[in-house]
Amino acid sequence: MSKNLKMSGADIFFESLREEKVEYIFGYPGGSTLKIYEKLYDVNFLKHILVRHEQGATHMAEGYAKATGKVGVVLVTSGPGATNTVTGIADAYMDSVPIVVFTGQVPTHLIGNDAFQEADIIGITRPITKHSFLVRDVKDLASSIRKAFYIASSGRPGPVVVDLPKNMIATECDFEYPEKLSIRGYKPTYGGHLNQIKKAARMIAKAKKPLLYVGGGVIMANASNELTAFANENGLPVTMTLLGLGAYPGSDKLSLGMLGMHGTYWANQAVNNCDVLVSLGARFDDRVTGKVETFAPGAFKIHVDIDPTAIDKNVIVDLPIVGDVKNILPELMSEMQEKPSIDDWWDKIEAWKKECPLAYNTSDGELRPQYVIERISELTKGNAVIVTDVGQHQMIATQYYKFIHPRSLLTSGGLGTMGFSVPAAIGASFGITDKPVISISGDGGFQMNMQELITAVAYKVPVKFIIINNSFLGMVRQWQELFHAEKYSFTDLGPSNPDFVKIGESLGIPSWSTDKIDAVDTLIKKAMSVKDGPSLIEFKVLKEDMVFPMVPSGGSISDMILERLNPKRMV
Amino acid sequence: MKHTISLLVENSFGAFDRVATMFSAKGFNLHSITIGETEIRDISRMTIVTSGDDQFISQVVKQLNRLIDTIKVIDLTKNDRTERELALITVQYTKGVLEELKNINDIFRGKVVDINNKSVTLEITGPPAKVNAAVNVLMPYGIKEMARSGTVALKRGEQLKNAKKELDMKKL
Repeated sequence: MSKNLKMSGADIFFESLREEKVEYIFGYPGGSTLKIYEKLYDVNFLKHILVRHEQGATHMAEGYAKATGKVGVVLVTSGPGATNTVTGIADAYMDSVPIVVFTGQVPTHLIGNDAFQEADIIGITRPITKHSFLVRDVKDLASSIRKAFYIASSGRPGPVVVDLPKNMIATECDFEYPEKLSIRGYKPTYGGHLNQIKKAARMIAKAKKPLLYVGGGVIMANASNELTAFANENGLPVTMTLLGLGAYPGSDKLSLGMLGMHGTYWANQAVNNCDVLVSLGARFDDRVTGKVETFAPGAFKIHVDIDPTAIDKNVIVDLPIVGDVKNILPELMSEMQEKPSIDDWWDKIEAWKKECPLAYNTSDGELRPQYVIERISELTKGNAVIVTDVGQHQMIATQYYKFIHPRSLLTSGGLGTMGFSVPAAIGASFGITDKPVISISGDGGFQMNMQELITAVAYKVPVKFIIINNSFLGMVRQWQELFHAEKYSFTDLGPSNPDFVKIGESLGIPSWSTDKIDAVDTLIKKAMSVKDGPSLIEFKVLKEDMVFPMVPSGGSISDMILERLNPKRMV
Repeated sequence: MKHTISLLVENSFGAFDRVATMFSAKGFNLHSITIGETEIRDISRMTIVTSGDDQFISQVVKQLNRLIDTIKVIDLTKNDRTERELALITVQYTKGVLEELKNINDIFRGKVVDINNKSVTLEITGPPAKVNAAVNVLMPYGIKEMARSGTVALKRGEQLKNAKKELDMKKL
């Protein structure tokens, strides 16, 4: 952009987004952002997606960012527009998703006056943002936007809020987009400490029972190839966290699947018995560790993370390496003097696999969520982007869908946000056009943001919306049955659930429903064949089914509940 | 164990709030927190007193470093340091007691900064432990009001070398 050109704040806003190569804005107009929308009318280098609720906008931005690795952008008005983004921002913070949220704000001279549609969004979001900017001088606008994108996408990514007072958007100043950027308080570490890496290589080489514990950081760092090479070269077993699934091909023999609360029996046994645990871009979340004292008790723990605060936060480790896992893995590989000899360890793991495989009842003819997910996995062969909601269907998806590629599972991990799937899948669909995007929700979560179906229709987004309807808030119901005296308090949605097919049809979405096992394949294929807009399938599944194995909250691997194939029937 | 942490932060909108919010969001305890200008116009110095074991303190330092507006964090506890706190203490007095209060004030090398016929305000400055001692001694006389500044601290020794380092950094 040519220098020293007088421009309004709104023009500067768009020129800055052009510099950042923004393709999509997920937004909703309002009083404080009118001037921006006035300019937007003539902007043609990016596309604005009009959502139906600002929470939907933030989840769409997350879905887009998680699927593509690019920064997701949100634009909302002040007050309620801004506060509606809070859940999405918190979600992005927990799962380290790079999004920049632009919020309108009342004019600077009215800030603090309880003006119409005023909310202190900077204050409200302070604990859930990586950083935030309140633009109090239009001269700072361009540099704030530049910094916001840089901070959101570098180091450990995260959400950044930029608050734009109405008068700043209207005021003019010279525009110059800063080329170089230096933030003296922000210098992420990318290269790992070589001596630490050498030591790690020695530990892994002489390990008898090593295990790679892989988190979402590997996917964010685009380090799946490096991971795959390292694991294959040394024949190391790989277990992944919820956000790490897809970092290593789930169909490969080295993959043990997911660990943790609803992880596989063999992955959890491997963690429990390993002698060297190599954590790559994972943060020892409580859903992974259970009771911290009994987590990988005998293991020498190596922790690779770009965020120094993740080290020793939940679990004290023996060897921390701060840096970018994409740089560290190749170094680790070249430092390995020999391959560990671990045939006995693999024998043990194979025995655990046989001892307690994933299983569900197929004999009673009832449609079960496990079957639906298995069929989706089989029919897509892993070449799809699966966007789950939160709850039983999410955990079942981790168990029964074979994720082969990074960024093929988009899910709300840390915050566990119900209502994530529908908008996040729409956002992903804008970024990913060469693979089908499949949203999987329960009947509860689907209803939390189903207004965004309208957005999907408006933009002819070919998302396949799948509802696993068990008429219950299934995961809460599961805890009620197991740990809360079978008091099924306010988890029964059945009596008031809407007719999901009619909802879809009222929007012109091809929609189907079934409770028959033999209709599953046909309907999935039908939905997959809809290319010019969304499609919807409701699978009515067994009400009382539960997710196993399960390590109760705060429990040890030895407390694992393995299976209960014949659930108690509720009348 | 008590730790005194000194940090240089951007003298910008919200830098103080971010530090305070981080402490409350993480559930970290906070004995005192101060902020003031430095010799550099756009940098402020904060002094934080907190307590916990080594793991906790290392997590606090890392979390402080993680904030974008934080330029430098030092746990001064590991260093030779000067720590000072200022307290303004208003004590009630009756006839005859004033002399005693004056003596106590002298022992603590304080200053009488205000007096009327019912109460006297003393200014006590020194390491926090000395201020605590003064408060304890004055307590029986009836402290009417008290204001403490919280701890401010600076590293001692090797000043030249580190001052240069800090200056170099500020130039960035």
